[in-house]
Parts: sequence; C-alpha cells; structure tokens
Amino acid sequence: MSQLTAPKIVTSRIGFDDSFTLDRFLATGGYEGLRKALTMSPSEVCAQVDAASLLGRGGAGFPAGRKWSMLRKNDVSYLVINGDESEPATFKDHLLIERDPHQLIEGVLIAAYALQVNQAFIFIRGEFALGLERLQSALNDAYAYGAVGTKILNSSFSIDLVVHPGAGAYICGEETSLLESLEGKRGFPRIKPPFFPAAIGLYGEPTVVNNVETMSNLPWIISNGGDAFAALGETPSTGTRLFALAGHVRNPGVYELEMVKNTFRDLIFDPALGGGIPSGGRVKAFIPGGVSAPWFYEEDLDTPLGQGQVADKGSMLGSGSVVVMDDSTCMVRAAWRITRFFSRESCGQCTPCREGSGWLERILYRLEHGEGRVEDLDLLLDLCDNIAPGLSWPPQQTTICVLGPSIPSSIHSAISHFRDEFLAHVKEGGCSYA
Amino acid sequence: MSALTPDRRTRAEHLVALYPEKRSALIPICHIAQEQEGHLTDELMIEVAELVGVTPAEVQGTVSFYDMLRIEPVGKYVVSVCTNIACLLAGGEEMLEHVEKTTGTRRGGTSSDGMFTVEEAECLADCDVVPCVQINNRFVRTTTPETFDALAARLRSGETVTDIPTSGIVSRVERSVGLVADPEVVAQERSALRASDQKATS
Repeated sequence: MSQLTAPKIVTSRIGFDDSFTLDRFLATGGYEGLRKALTMSPSEVCAQVDAASLLGRGGAGFPAGRKWSMLRKNDVSYLVINGDESEPATFKDHLLIERDPHQLIEGVLIAAYALQVNQAFIFIRGEFALGLERLQSALNDAYAYGAVGTKILNSSFSIDLVVHPGAGAYICGEETSLLESLEGKRGFPRIKPPFFPAAIGLYGEPTVVNNVETMSNLPWIISNGGDAFAALGETPSTGTRLFALAGHVRNPGVYELEMVKNTFRDLIFDPALGGGIPSGGRVKAFIPGGVSAPWFYEEDLDTPLGQGQVADKGSMLGSGSVVVMDDSTCMVRAAWRITRFFSRESCGQCTPCREGSGWLERILYRLEHGEGRVEDLDLLLDLCDNIAPGLSWPPQQTTICVLGPSIPSSIHSAISHFRDEFLAHVKEGGCSYA
Repeated sequence: MSALTPDRRTRAEHLVALYPEKRSALIPICHIAQEQEGHLTDELMIEVAELVGVTPAEVQGTVSFYDMLRIEPVGKYVVSVCTNIACLLAGGEEMLEHVEKTTGTRRGGTSSDGMFTVEEAECLADCDVVPCVQINNRFVRTTTPETFDALAARLRSGETVTDIPTSGIVSRVERSVGLVADPEVVAQERSALRASDQKATS
C-alpha cells in the first residue's frame, strides 16, 4: 500500500498558477528559511543539514553535509548549482526551476551562508528557455527585495548570484565538465584525482557543486529542523524525493514521495500516482534511475524507493527517473536508442567511450534492422566489457568520467534478460514489434 | 566596426562584468550573438573572442562542442523532436517523420522557404508530455500530428506566436543589476563571522 501522507517539501507551491512569482512565494512562507538561517551561525546551519542527512539528488547520492564539511575548514570560493538536467527521462529539476525558482534561490542562499561563499552560479540547461527566463526574473525580484546582494535581509552577509545558461551537452551534468563549461571551454570532464572540485574547482579554487533539488530542500530543512527531515524515510535515505515517472503509464509526471516507504509497484500502479499501464499489459522491464542504471523487471516491482534498497538489487536510484516499458516494447530497439544517445553525447576524450559507444550503436542498429548475426550478441558483451571490465555494478571504470561505464547498463540488461528476443531479430531478419 | 548591434554589445559587456574571469562569459555572449542572425558568423565569433580575451580559434573550439551553438544558418523556427527513450515509447520517431513531411525538410535540414529547420533531439526533460517537441527551445507540447500541423500553419502564415521568439533567442529576460557585493566588504564580513562562529563552537 502506498504511503502518501508525507509533507510536500519541494513541491508545496506548484499547484498555484503563479507559483513562480515573488508574491506567491512570500505569501507561502518564502524566504522564512533564509531569515532563520541568518540568525544562526554558519556551523549551526551545517549541523542542521548534517542532521537531515540529506543525500545529493543529482544522481550519485553523495551526502550533502559531508560534501560541505570537506570544505568548511578552509575558505570556499564558489558555490555552483547543477541545473543541467539531461539524463534521459529525468524532468524533476525542470519542474523546480520553472515552477518554483524562488525556492531554489532561497536554498542556494542558505547553502552559500552555511559555506560562507559570496559568489554562486546557477548553471541551467540551455534548452530550458522558459526556466531561464523565470529564474532570471525571480533573481531580479530577489535582488530588488533585498534577499540577494549586499547585507541580505539586513544581515551582515553579502552574496552575488549569477544564472548561467548552458548550450546543449549532456556531459556538462558531470560536475567537473560543468565547471569547464562555466569557464567558457569545451565540456571535457577533468582527470581525477582530485575526485571532488572541493580542492580544485572553478578557476582552480575550492568549489562546491550541488544539484537543484538538493538546494530546493534546504528552506524546509532549516524551517522545520534537520531532525524533522531525517524522521521521514529511513536512514540513510531520508526525506522525500522527486520521482519522474515516464513511459508506459497512465499518468506520467513528477511525484514527491517519502523515501523508502513506497515501492516501484506503488509508484507505477497506484491510481493517485502512475495509475498502471494504459494497454493493460504487463511490465516487461523498467529503468529505476535514469538510462545509466541497469534495468529492473516485473519481479523487482516490490523494491522500496530507497537508495540502498535499489543498490542492493544491483542498480541505482540515480536521478530518480523511472521509465516503464510494457510488453509491447522491443528491447533491441530500446537498447539501441539509449546507446545511440551515449554515442552522440560522448565528449570524445577517452577511447573506450568514444569508439565503443559508436561500435555498440552500429551493431545494435544492424540487429534491429535485420542485418545482425548470432555472434553479434557476444561481440556486444565483449565491447561492453572493454568499457566496464567485468560488467559488474557499480561498474569498473576505464574512462575519466562515468558516462563511459554507463553505456553497458542497458545493453547488458537487455541481452541478459531478453537474449531470445535478440536471436529472434537475427532469425526473422528484423523487428517483429514495428 | 562592431559585428554585434550596439544594444547586444552593451549586454555582452555587462555579461563579461558578471564573472571573475572574462572567459566564463563566452557561452552566454554566444547566445546573445546568435540572436542576431540565428547562427554565429566568423565576424561574430571574432568579436566574442575580443570581448572575453581569447583567440577566435578558441571561441570556435568551444562553439563546436555545443549543440545549441550553430555556425550554419538555420530557419526562422528550429523544430526539435525528441526520440529518446520516453518519447520513443510514445511514438517520437513517427512524430519526427511527420514533422519532416509537414515542414518539407529532412532532419538536419532547413526548408527551402527558410521557415523551418528540423532536428532530432536528445531528451529535452519534459517526459510527461510526449512525444516532446520544442520550437526555438520552447516546449510547444504538440503531441499529435494534428496539433503540430495547426501550429506550423500559424507560424507559416506569419502569425506571431508570443511564446515562440525567432531562432537563436534563449532568454528574453535580462539581468537587472550588476554584481553588488564589494569583495573587500565581503572579506571583512567573512572574517568577522568566522571569528564569532569559532567562539560559538569552542
């Protein structure tokens, strides 16, 4: 049974038509979290976020408090917000940016105060034209209101905030690539170590990079206390989380659910949520956390929506996007399209990813279009093994960033579970689903 | 002689002033430059280079990495149709084929009347209204061939659809203020806060 009683932490305003305006924001408790934070010391604010044990909502799920504490001993130079949401079928940050930009700004200001950063950048995907316009309008209003700028809200803290448009590149969601892009360069991920921009970030200075949804949680956490947040869900997956549901469901959309308390079955089938599969068919496979994640199947439907619970079953909750594929879906076609995405978006720095993704895409294309051979299946897996040796999860890495090792996820999943379907494509000389 | 129009030149100079290092303004300025003719000409890229203090080759190097920055002319309306996984399951490929037919051009091309450029897009992050179509980076939410054709007919007849500016324009909202926090004041505030913070925790 679904549990839908948890408070709406980040989506409380989106029911209003004017949710993106300063008037609505102020009428619904806006900037109260920031006011409260400014009466606390920076370390008290950090302590609340630690108590909330807020996990980053970008995809890797790294604890935000720990990310900050790596830096707080020294001066942090910059705070950068990652709003380059490009993982296929993820559309939660899109909602937060377009529908509640002030909440995002308030969260950024709270984080900036906690870290004592006086310059922050919000990097927004270039394709979100309306989101960029709404966020810039909101920021202009926030400056005029006195929430951003010199001595904000009559405190002794000053900060400047810049909205920065991206220009269309999936890889810029990777934090070091995002920083390169913010420096006006090609979006090439940086060589690790250092593993975090905490040491060497923007312009070589210590930098914190956080996701849009992570920031949007902060006003509530400060207003209601970290313990109230941690009381939701189950440690370590605390609070609520946005799940972007897409594919073969009656009601696709973004749902804010308490972590762990609901399962994938609840999300997909509850009439108040996904509402089930329109064709009345069965779940053939579903992607639990963005196309970089290994697939789940009908038998995994009762897995709770928690970071550890999904990881235990060999996949990841990632960006919180769930794609449902019913039994009318051709798995070869699905794997091919996802692989083509990676092939197009590979930045081209590392050979396994740049070459491998293209080869995989071409082999999948010929299988789907009736020119495949039986040996292609092993060839696919062999190529995947070259990119992520052992095909284990979490994957072994042969590349600078995790885009490369994400490529085999869908291919390995599809071949492991639907080998017969691949063989049928070879035998019948094409796809019988089209 | 500036390749950018005077108002765009001013906006570009404001952008440069927002960043600790000038080069960070490269992509935002390219977006503004691109508004002018829909794509970045050599002259525009040379001017961007001058504004941010790098060579024209470095501008071109950056520009060539990003899908949204164009060095070839495009039509007045750039139609992007997503065929990635969520849209694929909802007939994105079929939608793209239909758009090609309606606009009279193939993916990657521009119609002979210069009205439409059609491109196959990767996920545009609007996966609950599928298949997803954007025109000039605006979500138009035409999920059926009929609704798309109706919109295309309006655009072709010269009607101005307020939600859809001409190609190249990303944001119509400008920043109203420059940076206001004085770095020296900031440094003083920071050390004062830090001192009181240490007192509170010790």
